[in-house]
Parts: sequence; structure tokens; C-alpha cells
Amino acid sequence: MTATLAAPTKPGGAKTRINDFSIQVATVNGSGSQTANTVLLRAIFQMGVFVSGKNLFPSNIAGLPTWFTIRASAKGYVARKASNEMLILMNPETAKEDIAKADPGALVIYDEPLQLDKLRNDLSFTPVPFQKLVTASCPEPKLHKLVKNMIYVGVASRLLGIDMEEVKKAIAKQLKGKTKAVELNQNAVMAGYDWAMENLPDQDQVKVVRDNKTQGLIIVDGNEACALGALFAGVTVVGWYPITPASSLVETFIEYAEEYRKDPKTGKSTVAIVQMEDELASAGVVLSAGWAGARSMTSTAGPGVSLMSEFIGLGYYVEAPGVFFNVARTGPSTGLPTRTQQSDVELCAKCSHGDTQHINLYPGNMEECFQFSYDAFDLAERFQTPIFVVTDLDLGMQNWSSKPFAYPTKPYDRGKVLNQQQLAEIKDWGRYKDVDGDGICYRSLPGTPGGKGAYFTRGSGHNDYAQYSEKPEDYVAVVDRLKRKYETAKTHVPKPVFRNLGSDKGVLAFGSSDPAVIEAQDILAAAGLKTDYLRLRALPFTAEVDAFVKAKQVVYVVEQNRDGQLANIFRETYPEFATKFKSVLHYDGYAIDAKCIVDQITAFEQK
Amino acid sequence: MSTATPSAPNTPAAPTNKLGFTKQDYVGSKSTLCAGCGHDAITAQIINAAFESSIEGYRVTKYSGIGCSSKTPAYFMNQGWGFNSVHGRMPSIATGASLANRNLINIGVSGDGDSMSIGMGQFVHAVRRNIPMIYIIEDNGVYGLTKGQFSATADKGAHLKSGAVNDLPPIDPCTLAIELGCGFVARCFSGNPKQLNTILKAAFAYEGTVVLDVISPCVTFNNHDASTRSYKHVKDHDFPLHDLGFVQYSEVEDVEIPAGQTEVVTFPDGSKVAIKAIHEGYDPTDRFGAMKAIHESMAKGEFLTGLLYINPTQPPLPQVLNLVDEPLASLDETLLKPSPAVLDEIMQALM
Ligand SMILES: Cc1ncc(C[n+]2csc(CCOP(=O)(O)OP(=O)(O)O)c2C)c(N)n1
Ligand code: SF4
Ligand SMILES: [Mg+2]
Repeated sequence: MTATLAAPTKPGGAKTRINDFSIQVATVNGSGSQTANTVLLRAIFQMGVFVSGKNLFPSNIAGLPTWFTIRASAKGYVARKASNEMLILMNPETAKEDIAKADPGALVIYDEPLQLDKLRNDLSFTPVPFQKLVTASCPEPKLHKLVKNMIYVGVASRLLGIDMEEVKKAIAKQLKGKTKAVELNQNAVMAGYDWAMENLPDQDQVKVVRDNKTQGLIIVDGNEACALGALFAGVTVVGWYPITPASSLVETFIEYAEEYRKDPKTGKSTVAIVQMEDELASAGVVLSAGWAGARSMTSTAGPGVSLMSEFIGLGYYVEAPGVFFNVARTGPSTGLPTRTQQSDVELCAKCSHGDTQHINLYPGNMEECFQFSYDAFDLAERFQTPIFVVTDLDLGMQNWSSKPFAYPTKPYDRGKVLNQQQLAEIKDWGRYKDVDGDGICYRSLPGTPGGKGAYFTRGSGHNDYAQYSEKPEDYVAVVDRLKRKYETAKTHVPKPVFRNLGSDKGVLAFGSSDPAVIEAQDILAAAGLKTDYLRLRALPFTAEVDAFVKAKQVVYVVEQNRDGQLANIFRETYPEFATKFKSVLHYDGYAIDAKCIVDQITAFEQK
Repeated sequence: MSTATPSAPNTPAAPTNKLGFTKQDYVGSKSTLCAGCGHDAITAQIINAAFESSIEGYRVTKYSGIGCSSKTPAYFMNQGWGFNSVHGRMPSIATGASLANRNLINIGVSGDGDSMSIGMGQFVHAVRRNIPMIYIIEDNGVYGLTKGQFSATADKGAHLKSGAVNDLPPIDPCTLAIELGCGFVARCFSGNPKQLNTILKAAFAYEGTVVLDVISPCVTFNNHDASTRSYKHVKDHDFPLHDLGFVQYSEVEDVEIPAGQTEVVTFPDGSKVAIKAIHEGYDPTDRFGAMKAIHESMAKGEFLTGLLYINPTQPPLPQVLNLVDEPLASLDETLLKPSPAVLDEIMQALM
């Protein structure tokens, strides 16, 4: 025990923040801190408290700084919070800077040798002799590094009042099946907890108190949710190429496919998964498999979409189905590959040269990641075109609590595909004839017997019968029909959802911005500014979006990129209302928080 | 057996194949290439070989990239489905479709530009994966469609009509394919239809990737006197390795292959290739020997043609992936969609 260990001071008069705080943990990546942080998050979740976690990790395998923030919120706000009430500082390299940035009054748990307590006098310092504790609790020196982080879980649990039984349960869950690892980690956690019990006075700035908000909920990340959506949608061909933050979508799918996509009779696989040589090849596989009648998909991020864009245009023009997941990260170029952004909005809306328009789905939570992924395969086959499911690193790789997913009972929609008998009966079939007036034509699949239905697919000019044509009228007929098809999609894509507080001022956002917008709406309302919120869930815009834009006096478009890409699409789509759209932006690579939305909207309102 | 209706017999009756089809049933749309283009001669042999091998047209899929060569899938077998994709990406198109439906008979047509420059990556990886397909490179040493620039197979020192000289060494698709583990590598000359026909028939019987480099003169941009890809030059430097015979599995019982100097390679389906050596000491089952001989002949400016390398034992990709026998494209919801109990089990694990 060192003499510097004063009882944590409590800022005068502030009352205890119960189930309403953020913790930031600073560690070195590759040190096993991810397990420790997930255990802490899960233990709070098991205490019945809404909780969310954000891993701010570097683009590196081991040795660089990484931060993890855990937010507990009785009210259910799960966006990142810009301020933290507790800091756990394990990384010597960033400790000084972390202290400099700390919010006044924060509780700071740190590795004793870092000697941080002299740096500021408005923080409550708790030095912990981690090395001593780990040496005593773990007999194997080579494992010390890995279990050291568990010690802070024990210390923090003691200070926050988290039930140790929940912590132990969380460890068992996290390390399922690995008996020895479970025991080691549980010992380390107890060592931290017991030490804190004996040596630290209790504090009452921040506390976890048992609640019942999370009963029956799951914890999942968006990539896993999307993978599950694809699993239930019956995807049969996957071509992919690894890229952060999209890899784990396919990798999780592979794990599930091992278990659930074997023919029970033969043990053979009902899905082909091929790691291709690059994203161009992945796109080729997806489109040709879709063309041949399979349900196909790939998962990538911005750089991959850039590479795929020639193929996406081919898919659009020859009308081949396929599902393209874009788990967006911070661009341009390699950008910040492990940070989040919504900066591929325009890329995915119009991917490829020439006049192209794509159906995009924007899930905003875990249930939608699951459901929209399922629906994307129906839309791809119904509309015979590439479909983008656009998420981002924040949705895709962070932990979110969610209601369990509802079973997708809707039968698969395989679209307008003619079989042998139908082909035999039709007199004058043309691959690109718009028989129904909805812009969607009837297709045949290669390998259909009977001697009818064969056609030649080409990315060059073609007529209704898929014959080569350079005639202006044939060209225009096809591209105008494609536009008609896009119009048809307006009644098939997910409608927006609303959170209206009763106002002619609109807020519009999509995807991972949702929790921050909801919180911002409440903060603004408490300050006297009511807003109506529309969360966009797809392109093209549906009638509900038209009505919202028309009705509102102003529309604050909240998005996570520099250029206001979605707002640009709105201005282009509704030129008569162009001046209504005001951009509220966040693009530093961290997930958006409520405060930045409140500040920007307030500034606009004061103008 | 195909259920398509063979065309009504003409008078005098046109010969039909085992499926009852005439050769006319294997043709495509009219070619729009330059008169005399080597590519058209290749198209003609694809039609002949498919007819003679009684290929079921509805199972045929034809893929290509971009180029004069890549236009040709429209000129044969209208009974099959075609997919003319983007420049250099034919292999990935063949990969996806062949995985979606393993019953398809896949023919890819590409050019030397399409495969050896922009599409090199896809060529290499498709061969490495052993996609079930006949991969034909119609090799004229230039980019025909963009009006005659050098391609990566052009010989060092070769001249364009304009006088421009190629300073870089050529890439040889055949030795590259052998290096990549391809089990069926051949080179032909579009001016030697008999050899091409036999090799195509053998290619139809092969399960994995066939790499077939066909020297195919571009009469418009690369047929001048100084060209090393002109009809005259190639004819003068063409060294057929062997006399080839091909016997389809269905005919093996009826055909007797003469013993003696003839080597016989048997495919998994029972079909046989009979190889009677012309070039002494060339053994197409000896991978390193073949590489050496090809390199030596290239150094002399010769084209060794014929079956360069054969090893019909590698499993094609659908087999490597252990896919169900039925085409993935025809699996339905009952097999593909896990039950509510499965979702429940997964949700429990996430709680
Ligand atoms: C991305 C892209 N770049 C360039 C082109 C232009 N282009 C069309 S065909 C071709 C070369 C074709 O050469 P090759 O494959 O040898 O075919 P050939 O015409 O000689 O048969 C090029 C460069 C294109 N279509 N796409
Ligand atoms: S330009 Fe050359 S390759 Fe193209 S069609 Fe004419 S002869 Fe053939
Ligand atoms: Mg060429």
C-alpha cells in the first residue's frame, strides 16, 4: 500500500450515478484485454442494466494502444458518450495523455508503477499493484500478461458493486468449454476483488445496482447478426476477400455453416464458400452464381466496393442478383481501417460508371441486421440486381444488446424465374421484355432442359431479346426500364421508422447513428426544442420519406461523414426543397455521440 | 438425354449425333469478326467437337471477357447460355456459375490480352482452383478489339504494322498453367483444325480446368510479314508433338487402340486419349520434362502444339468443397432454411 492512496474524493454535492456512467479502459492490443472488457460488460448486462461497448482498436495485431468504453444506462441510451466517469489505465504509453483528457472528478484505476496521481488534483486516483497480484494468483509466468487484465475487472467490480457471481458466470460464458482458462481467469478476478475489498475504501460516485432491463436479451455484433440473416436466407454461394471490418461477417457465417448447412443425409455441404483472390473476383462469383440461380453474397468494406464497382455496373445492366454487404470503415483510401464511418453512402447508392442506381438497405440495430440480411436475398432475386446491405464498423463489430431475433417466417421469394414447362408454354419470350409493366423481366436459368430459354447475357448494348444492339431506341428502352424497376422497388424496401415528438423540425438519420439521435432528441426536448425523427432504412426513398421532407420546415440530416453524402442525395432527389436540408456531421472515426448532434442542431437553431 | 427437339431432318438427311442433333443445332449467331480471323476457325471446331461429342446443348454455359475473342461465344451453341462479362474477369464468372450448378458444361473463351494482362490474376487463381471448365485463350499476340496494341504474349522483338517493336519478353500461358498444377494443358494452331478438334473433344471429357492456348492470327493487325503470329510464320514454325486420337467413354468398347508406340491416358469417366509421338522423347505425362521441352522450343522460336501436359487425377473445385450432388441453385427452402428450433438454440447461446 502506498501512502498516496487517499480515499477517492467525491466532488461536492454530486449524487451517485446509478446505472448511468461510462468506463474507459486503456490497454495495449494483443494483451487479452478484449476478453476482460467483454467480461466486465457482460457482468453489468447480467445485473439487468442496459450496457453497450465500443472497442477503439488500432490497425495492428499486437503492441499498439487500444481503448474500450463501456456505457451503462438505465434509460437505455447506448450511443457512445463523450465523457467518462471511470478510467482504467493499463497502458504506460497513453496514460499521461489519457489523464490529461480525463473529465474532472473521474475515478482513475491505474497500474501502480505509472505514478499518475501527481498529474492532476481533480481526479480520484486508485493505484493497483497489478504485477504483484497477478504473480500471487497465477502460477504460470507466461500467462501473466493474459490474465493481468482480469485483475482490473475484479477491482472495478468491487468499486462498482457488481456481484462477483455474475462476473464468474460471464467468464464461463466468454471462455465456454475451456475449463483451465475459466479457472485461471476466475482466480485473477477474485484476486483483484479481494485485494480491493481489503485495501480500498468504497466509493459512491458510480454504482451498478441490480435492475431487470436485460432479461431475455442477447448480446451480439452486427456482423454475426448479418451472418445469421444470410444463413436463414439460404445463401448457397459465398465469394469473399478478407478486410476489416467485414471479415468476421463471413467468418462467423463459416462457423454456422459448418454446423447448420450440411445435408443431413450425406453430410455434404449445401453452400460453397470460396476465399477469392480479390474483391473483383468475389463480385464476379456473386453475380454469376446469382445469374445461375444460386443465392449469393459477399462481405466487404469501402476499398473492396471500389474494386468491385465495374462488376456492380455489369450486374445492374445485365440484371444479375447478388447481395453485397458493405461494413463501412473510415476512408478515403486505407483511411482508418479499424474506425467507423458512414462514408460510402454515395458510393453504394450509385456504384459504377454510367447511370446506375442501387437498392440499399440500412439496418439500424441488431434485429434489422438479421432481418434485412434475410430480406436482401429476396430483393436481389425479385429485382434481379445487386443489393447493398450497408452497415459500418460500429454496428458490425461492436457489442450490442438486442431482443432475440424473430424467426423469419416469410417464405423465400425467388422472383420471376421461368422453369422448363413455363418456357415451353410461352410463345414469344424475351429476357428483357417488361411483360408486367413493373420493369422486372422474366429470366431463365442456365441448365434448364427443354431447348428453350437460352439467352446471351452481355454488358454491351442489348434489346428485349438479349441480342446485341447499338440502336439508340433499344438502349434507351433498357435504361428507362431499369429506372422503372427502381421505382417499383420503392414499395418493396423497408419503410422508415419515426420517433415524433410533435414538431415541424425534422431530424433524419440512418444506421448506427440511431441511439445517439434518440438521446440527442431527448436532450433537445428537455431544453425546449422538440423534433420529429425519421430513420431511413433503405434506398430508394419511399412515399413516407417524400411526405416527411415535404412536411418539415427544416430537416437536419445526421450522418457520419465529412461531405454530408446522404444530404446530397436528398438535395438531388428533392431539388425544390434543397435548402431544407442541414447537415449534422461526425467523422473522426469514433462512433457518433449525442452531444455533437445537440451542439450542431442548437447552433443552427440560434442562427 | 436431352429433351430438346432435334431439328427436322433435311433432304438429304443431315447426319445426326447420338442425341439426334445435326451440326446446325450447335451453331450460334453469325460472326461479326474480320473475314479470315483465326478466332472464327476456333469457333468452327468448337461447334464440330460439341456435335461429334454429342454435348447436351442446354447444359452448356459460355463465358468470356472483352475482346474480339470474347465475342465468339455468341457464335456457337445458341442452345446454351452465354455470359459476356467484363475485361479480364471471365474466370470469376465461370467460378460462380460452376459452383451454383455443378451440372453445367463450362466453356470460357478469352484473349491473350484478356487473360495474360488485365485478367492474369483471375487466370492464375481459376487454374489453381481447378474450376470445371474448358479455358480457351485465342492468342494473337495483340489486342484486336482496341486496334492492334501489343499483348503480353507478343514475342520480344516482334513488330507492329506501324513498326513499333516489343521490348519485353512474352508470358506463356501453357508453361504457366503447368506450373500452377493444371492437369490438361494444350496448345493448338487455328490453322490446324484436325488437331484442335481432337483436343477439344478430349477437353469435353475432362473434369477440371483445361487450358487451351490456340495461336489464332489477327488478320487485320498482326498478319504482316514481320509478325511472329501470322498464318505463314506460325505454319512454318508449328511442330505437332503427336498424332492424337480421342475415344469417348461410350465408344471405348468398340474402338481398338493399336498397341505399340501409342501411349493411352484414361480419364475418370473412362474416355481415352491415344497419343502417338511424332516429337521423339516428348512425354505429356512428365510435368518437368514437358516444361523443359516447351522452353527449349520457345527459345528456338518454334511452337510445340498438341497435348502438352495431361494428368487427369485432380479433383475439380465442387468436389474439393464437398458440395451436395444436386446443383446448389436448385436446393429449396426446406433444405436451406434452418428450423425455428435452430434459431432458438443460437439465441440461447447469445444470452
Ligand atoms: C476495364 C477495361 N479496360 C480496357 C478495355 C478496352 N479493351 C477492350 S478489348 C481489349 C483488349 C482485348 O485483347 P485480347 O483479349 O487479346 O482480345 P482480341 O481482341 O485480341 O481477341 C481492351 C484493352 C475494356 N473493355 N475494359
Ligand atoms: S481485329 Fe483481328 S482479332 Fe479482331 S476480328 Fe479482326 S482479325 Fe480478328
Ligand atoms: Mg488478342
